[in-house]
Amino acid sequence: MQIPYTVTTRPDTGLHNAKLGIWLFLASEVMLFGSLFSAYILLRVAAVEWPHGSQLLNVPLAFINTVILIGSSVTMVLSWASLKMKDFAKYRRYMGLTILCGFGFLVVKAFEYGAKFSHGLSPAEDLFYATYFTLTGLHGLHVIGGIIVNTYFWGPGSRMWDTEPERFTNRVEVAGLYWHFVDLVWIFLFPTLYLL
Amino acid sequence: MQHVAAATPAAAGTHHEEHAGFWRTYVFSLDHKVIGIQYMMTALLFLFLGFTLMMLMRWQIAYPTKGIPGEWFALLPAVIGVAALAVGVYSKRRLTLLVGLLFGGIAWLVWWMVSDEVLFPEGIMLPELYNSFGAMHGTIMIFLGVVPLAVGGFGNYVVPLQVGAPDMAFPKLNMMSYWSYFVGGLVMLTSFFVPGGAANSGWTSYPPLADIATTGQTVWLFGMVFLITSSLLGSVNFIVTIVQLRAKGLTFMRLPFFVWAQFVTSFLLLLAFPPLEGAAILQLMDRLAGTSFFLPSGLVISGQVLDVAGGGSPLLWQHLFWFLAHPEVYVLILPAMGIVAEIIANNTRKPLWGYRSLVYASIFLGFMSFIVWAHHMFMTGMGTVISTFFQTTTMIISIPSVIILSALIISLWGGSIRYTVPMLFAIAFLPMFGIGGLTGLPLGLAPTDIHLHDTYYVIGHFHYVVAPGTIFALFAGIYYWYPKVTGRMMNETLGKIHFWGSLVCMNGIFFPMLIQGLAGVSRRLYDGGAQYAHAQNVLQWNEVMSISAWALALFQIPFILNFFWSMKKGRQVESDNPWGATTLEWQTPTPPPHGNFTSIPEVYRGPYEYSVPDAAKDYTPQNVP
Repeated sequence: MQIPYTVTTRPDTGLHNAKLGIWLFLASEVMLFGSLFSAYILLRVAAVEWPHGSQLLNVPLAFINTVILIGSSVTMVLSWASLKMKDFAKYRRYMGLTILCGFGFLVVKAFEYGAKFSHGLSPAEDLFYATYFTLTGLHGLHVIGGIIVNTYFWGPGSRMWDTEPERFTNRVEVAGLYWHFVDLVWIFLFPTLYLL
Repeated sequence: MQHVAAATPAAAGTHHEEHAGFWRTYVFSLDHKVIGIQYMMTALLFLFLGFTLMMLMRWQIAYPTKGIPGEWFALLPAVIGVAALAVGVYSKRRLTLLVGLLFGGIAWLVWWMVSDEVLFPEGIMLPELYNSFGAMHGTIMIFLGVVPLAVGGFGNYVVPLQVGAPDMAFPKLNMMSYWSYFVGGLVMLTSFFVPGGAANSGWTSYPPLADIATTGQTVWLFGMVFLITSSLLGSVNFIVTIVQLRAKGLTFMRLPFFVWAQFVTSFLLLLAFPPLEGAAILQLMDRLAGTSFFLPSGLVISGQVLDVAGGGSPLLWQHLFWFLAHPEVYVLILPAMGIVAEIIANNTRKPLWGYRSLVYASIFLGFMSFIVWAHHMFMTGMGTVISTFFQTTTMIISIPSVIILSALIISLWGGSIRYTVPMLFAIAFLPMFGIGGLTGLPLGLAPTDIHLHDTYYVIGHFHYVVAPGTIFALFAGIYYWYPKVTGRMMNETLGKIHFWGSLVCMNGIFFPMLIQGLAGVSRRLYDGGAQYAHAQNVLQWNEVMSISAWALALFQIPFILNFFWSMKKGRQVESDNPWGATTLEWQTPTPPPHGNFTSIPEVYRGPYEYSVPDAAKDYTPQNVP
């Protein structure tokens, strides 16, 4: 038994199944982060005083992290483009870079968290730190999820290139859409938490 | 494209599952039909468990000072369990054995709790236990019973067949979706055994109460995360299946209404559940990491100021929760409407009246359901401007509901109705949902809601929608699709006993609630209102309702017997299409093999071509050129 349109696109919708699936999944992710951002807005509007993130958080580190994540999105696109141009070795290189960037982001984040914990600042401190740790923590989980998926496609999952190259290219594209979304969430989180 | 027609035994070489062992075929199956049946059996069992909790609570409400005769409450599941075990041993069927064990488990659970001197001192339920039964009754019925049955069960089994697909678009996700639901259910069950018992802050889990409640609440939140993941995976799968895997010629306006209903439902699940997941994360942080998202400053508990940072907002939870839970109401009702529409068209032998208005109404309903949530919160002091807004949207959303119900009622007009068991349930759905819908109007208007808020009237209202409404439609669906799944019909006489008994008892339970609520009796009262002066005139209804509830349980016995007996002994169907139906699920072998269709289906006509003049028969299937 074969499910139709797993590789090719359906003529009247112009999509293959996984691509529609990932867009729907991302729509639900928008609602998840949307609800948390709304919660942040409601709490901040109701608060008597709310500190400016730039006074409490490490803006330079967060800026480096932004650059790292945007860079990883670029390498992600390049890895997909390499597959489109049938250059598997180049794909491995760019995908490897993407994964390294993901780890780089987490390492920087770990230093930030560590600095806060060593000063005795935990989520229980106040609502500002509660929001900061919850939102960045959830985003961090998404980064870890992305790294797992990307590592699978870099390593064992890439065997599919030999048997079904087109399907594999689609998979990398879908993983890329998710990775760009994770990047985008950070681009909203950075100004919201660190700058405003 | 590479649309391989599947499923004659001769072509079995391509079907890995037919060579697979027991585990891969029945337990970790990728086949949408097996997964649908798994969902259905699990959900029916949870419905029974949720109902059992309520039967115990109804004793407390009717006789707050008398000890509970626990053996009677354990007897029903015990008898069913022993019967199923005996049949299972006799016929060597593992499924029946498993069902017997599970019913035995429920009996043991009931017996263990009722005979526990701590939980039931002198046979009288502890107030804390009453609270946790109330919370778990709601949680189990909605998140583990009705939605998995309506969407996971019927949706999984019927949607791919009706759109002419060989399976769901993502079979592995489908399996993960079921197992995530299963784990979520297990987590919820374990919560009964943690110190302090299961969640006891109501199924709505309002903070600050839920933030400071016993461990059961944490377990509840983890369980919800699994259930949300499950419905998320499921909804993505349904939408992709309906958009991408429709057979050739099956345009959107030729889809059976049931598929449309599942389509809109899936969007609601997809977009409304994540905010609850967000809220659950925040509440978990409050409970585990000591944050105070939902805890205001200076909160005093038992005379002591709570030692937290404060500054949070309990209202925030209510907004996030109802942003899910109002669309959830339509998740509960839309698949039911879909089932009823299929059955009415089939049993009146005429097309549905106003198919297009039904479709547009359900899309509009789905959209509007996202902007009515705060009508649950008129009493929170949101302010008159916000109340007015949500009052208006609530009145607007009643329009598509009325369109759908009217179209279904008009569909009966002029038909030569076959009063089969599924049709009886489908017809009863119409006035029952009508009562449920109309009693909702006074709750949607802020001035009348002030009187009715948090009374038994609210309980009566939404139970009319969900119990004799949705659950009747689900019963109708079981009787209707049973011959497709098993190749045998369910017994008509037992079915009619089940129907009439349930109809009378359901009304015996829920109508008095409306009366009590109008008198001002609050919900969630441990003694059913006995200590309140204003409740004295309507107190006698408590006993009527409780006896109706227990009688309702007895009237489920014919159904349970029928369900298992007919699998082996029911009348065999003469053809693959015993009801003479038009939609694609009846144009397959019975039961449909792995891969569903014997040849690639192609669709030439709309879904309800019944009694077309000059046609060969009084129905023309969609795939007939």
